[in-house]
Amino acid sequence: MSNEFLTGIVLDEECLLTLDELSRACAVQTDWIIELVDEGVLEPRGGDVSHWVFSGISLHRARTARRLQQDLGINIAGAALALDLMEEIEDLRAHLCVLEREG
Amino acid sequence: MEFKDYYEIIGVAKDATQAEIKRAYRKLARKYHPDVSKEKDAESKFKELGEAYEVLKDPEKRAAYDQLGAHWKAGQDFHPPPDWGAGFEHSGGFTGGDAAAYSDFFESLFGMKGRGGFTGAEPQFRARGEDHHAMVQIDLEDSFHGATRTITLRSPEVDPQGHVVMRERTLNVRIPKGVKQGQHIRLAGQGAPGMGGGGVGDLYLEVEFRPHPLYRLEGLDLYLELPLAPWEAALGAKVKVPTPTGTIDMKIPAGSVSGRKLRIKGRGIPGKSPGDLYAVVRIALPPGDSEQAQVLYRKMEQELAFNPRAGLGV
Repeated sequence: MSNEFLTGIVLDEECLLTLDELSRACAVQTDWIIELVDEGVLEPRGGDVSHWVFSGISLHRARTARRLQQDLGINIAGAALALDLMEEIEDLRAHLCVLEREG
Repeated sequence: MEFKDYYEIIGVAKDATQAEIKRAYRKLARKYHPDVSKEKDAESKFKELGEAYEVLKDPEKRAAYDQLGAHWKAGQDFHPPPDWGAGFEHSGGFTGGDAAAYSDFFESLFGMKGRGGFTGAEPQFRARGEDHHAMVQIDLEDSFHGATRTITLRSPEVDPQGHVVMRERTLNVRIPKGVKQGQHIRLAGQGAPGMGGGGVGDLYLEVEFRPHPLYRLEGLDLYLELPLAPWEAALGAKVKVPTPTGTIDMKIPAGSVSGRKLRIKGRGIPGKSPGDLYAVVRIALPPGDSEQAQVLYRKMEQELAFNPRAGLGV
């Protein structure tokens, strides 16, 4: 082990991934990412496919969709629905947590 | 090594049909999927489930497993029979398997043959090394001050003799200030080595905050429960409030009720547009167990016309 400290790049709203980078990070073909965009799961900026860039949060969503698809045998539309519902539940849980504290 | 009862794990009878096994597995997989489930041991349950299904869904493996006999009980000390594997041909073909995910029991029966690759990896016809992923847990304070973390990663690798071995390596990583829950940190060139002169993959670290004893995180905002004495809440006061960057003095407006949120701007997760800290008022009652306290409570009872249940119509 070296004592050197590695400094990474934080993927936020400003640090953007290209279609190739995102595909590689998810270990998928670019077509699969394009399908996610068509399904409305990811919203890239930059006009046409060759100029698409994705914000850091896309990586989280794409990887979750991938796991759901592989592990539960659902298609992309199903994974998209699951993602939406999971995010809604997450929001509701947070609200519930606040209400419980106040109550 | 412990015997694992794969039928029990999936919750089916030993003579279940392949369709029944699939149905039962799918149902439990949805329940325990770590992305979906909030149950504490979801991840280990899901892995166990995946392992059981890996064996039972494949008629070849299932037959081999059944051959061990029905007298084994889950948790019993197990050694594979000496003639294990004789007369069985395995076609391999594990799908997207994570070599680290299977138990010793599984490995002793079905080995590492025919497997490789990293979690969820797809065959790729590129020479560049795969990107790897790992989780890094940090404390809330680390996001305020930045921190360094030493992380140990294990990943399967194929050695020169063609065997899959677990490689362990340790990295020192800087956690930058302002990092948020769920964000990824990309470490270029720290993924898998490339093949045929291709470049090295990257390593993505997903940031997860450990639960904090005082603050609850919601997006970029922090919530703190702030106990106040009844007189502080009723009359207003100046009280000390902790924040991740140090104690501050806070003015409590008179007539603050339980549940009231007092915003301290810009004291949430730092960044270009930092989050806020919310102090949520909770009225703490002084205990009535001393004579003096009882006298004071009695005095309030007699002199204040206060019905806390007025809103209930009683």
